[in-house]
Amino acid sequence: MAAYLIRRAMQSLVVLLAMSALVFVGVYAIGNPVDILINPNADQADIERAIKGLGLDRPLWEQYLAFLQGALAGDLGKSFVYNVPALQLILERMPATLELALAAMIVAVALGIPLGLWAGLKPDSIAGRTIMTASILGFSLPTFWVGLMLIMVFSVDLGWLPSSGRGPTVPLLGVPVSFLSWEGLRHLALPALNLALFNLSLVIRLTRAGTREALVQDYVKFARAKGLSDARVIGVHVLKSISIPIVTVTGLQFGTLVAFAIVTETIFAWPGMGKLLIDSIHVLDRPVIVAYLLVVVTFFIAVNLAVDLAYSVLDPRVRLADAPG
Amino acid sequence: MSAAPVPASAAAVETPLQRIVADFAANRLALAGLALFALILAAALLAPLVSPQNPYDLAQLDVMDSRLAPLARAADGRFTYWLGTDDQGRDMLSAILYGLRISVGVGVGATLCALALGAALGLAAAFFGGWLDSLVMRVADIQLSFPAILIALVLLAVLGQGVDKIVLALVAVQWAYYARTVRGSALVERRKEYVEAALCLALPARRIVFRHLLPNCLPPLIVVATVQVAAAITLEATLSFLGLGLPITEPSLGLLIANGFTYLLSGKYWISFFPGLALLATIVSINLVGDQLRDVLNPRLQR
Repeated sequence: MAAYLIRRAMQSLVVLLAMSALVFVGVYAIGNPVDILINPNADQADIERAIKGLGLDRPLWEQYLAFLQGALAGDLGKSFVYNVPALQLILERMPATLELALAAMIVAVALGIPLGLWAGLKPDSIAGRTIMTASILGFSLPTFWVGLMLIMVFSVDLGWLPSSGRGPTVPLLGVPVSFLSWEGLRHLALPALNLALFNLSLVIRLTRAGTREALVQDYVKFARAKGLSDARVIGVHVLKSISIPIVTVTGLQFGTLVAFAIVTETIFAWPGMGKLLIDSIHVLDRPVIVAYLLVVVTFFIAVNLAVDLAYSVLDPRVRLADAPG
Repeated sequence: MSAAPVPASAAAVETPLQRIVADFAANRLALAGLALFALILAAALLAPLVSPQNPYDLAQLDVMDSRLAPLARAADGRFTYWLGTDDQGRDMLSAILYGLRISVGVGVGATLCALALGAALGLAAAFFGGWLDSLVMRVADIQLSFPAILIALVLLAVLGQGVDKIVLALVAVQWAYYARTVRGSALVERRKEYVEAALCLALPARRIVFRHLLPNCLPPLIVVATVQVAAAITLEATLSFLGLGLPITEPSLGLLIANGFTYLLSGKYWISFFPGLALLATIVSINLVGDQLRDVLNPRLQR
């Protein structure tokens, strides 16, 4: 286990280093930040002073080494646009994104398991077929178009829910959150539903498949033969056996949710780090782009590792030390 | 989802291709999907011939007709705007047909390029093994652990806009699926006797890989490629919607939808709604075909 963890950590470090170099060199190639930062009427001497001040006159490898040195000390450079540390900017927006992703995950699991159970218990009923067809649509529909349609129906036509922003936030342990106020919940509803759509379909299909497999197993037949109520057989015996795949898949999907939040945040003007990334790409705010990517890559590596570890705890047959890489 | 059983006597006389066609046709939903996709493909190819106007010829546009609702008549009575017009007085039906052309073209083109690259790398990894194998597969593994949209977004942020750039980004995102798929089946095929026989005949590696291994690895590749065409079209639309994919001079469906977003809030739904419907029809039809192909070409479901 310890050997596995060390090897895994080394591998993550190499990935992170390679990513930082690729991203740094790649982002370096986009546009000229001086054009955006400096008043076009400035004279040549001013421009040269600014270039020197930002360190843009030094060779690329020197800039990268300086960046790495800063990164190790937790300094990923200053945003060209906001003139505050890029890392701080991202960490400020992170709670909004994490709240949205968590809300989407809760929606997916809370709706997906009952719907999947229903489709699994009555696969040939009209409701069961409808649920499965809807879940295929959920996989096929482009997220961003569903978001627009949600706005069209619930905000424009019915006027029930707001279409943009986060609403008022309430501090919870010093972190601003939306879900503690009614107005905030109303703002959260549409983006969370939009982001949840893909995972909702996934949970429905996983639950349905798991239920159908479990129903023909001996232990379920035996539980029924013992005269246990339907509620107990399904609620305890069936649900328990299908929970492992659902936990691992939704866990792995959490990183994807954070990435797809980029799209949902842009549509619903949700002030998270995904929207910050898109805005920064449009104005060529290099340090923010690089910092976002490093933060997200680190996040992904952590999520993948956590899921692997959780797997070995849930399922003793998985021996991590023997797994290649 | 299993295909209908075919009588054994019939299976004895028909060729594999006939069997695949018959199995495919057994599912009406898949046939409907294929028909829908053929229709979309035809509409995309023939867009300049069938669309009521050339939406990008400014001389044909009339600003007086801007943002008309579906079924409205043109100001000078030339024709009916079946699906309404956008903010520049462009017929949405024509814009959608031209948009399909770009979306389908980019999706299919990128998929073919990714298929060629991924299959070549995967075959080479399986055939030669060693450091090449571990290098290719390690890169694919790492890449697949990140969502495609994130990688494509970063690439486009670096490369900028353009058809060639989005195709490059899509290829970079998708090659790994093909490399993995083909490597898996090539490793199985490589141990079979016909490959050993070819090796004993001292045929050149190139010939063994392309004439012997590749044809036998094709079925799973075709399945993955079909599904990936839909994924490529979705991804391109999403990136274009975010303003990072195609430039305004190449208006794909995603760009049309983005253009209508502003007007959606004032109740002018058609500028976003109909291009989205076209996108949806394209993706669903491809997925229906892909689903059935997976069942038909899966050797484990064969009798």
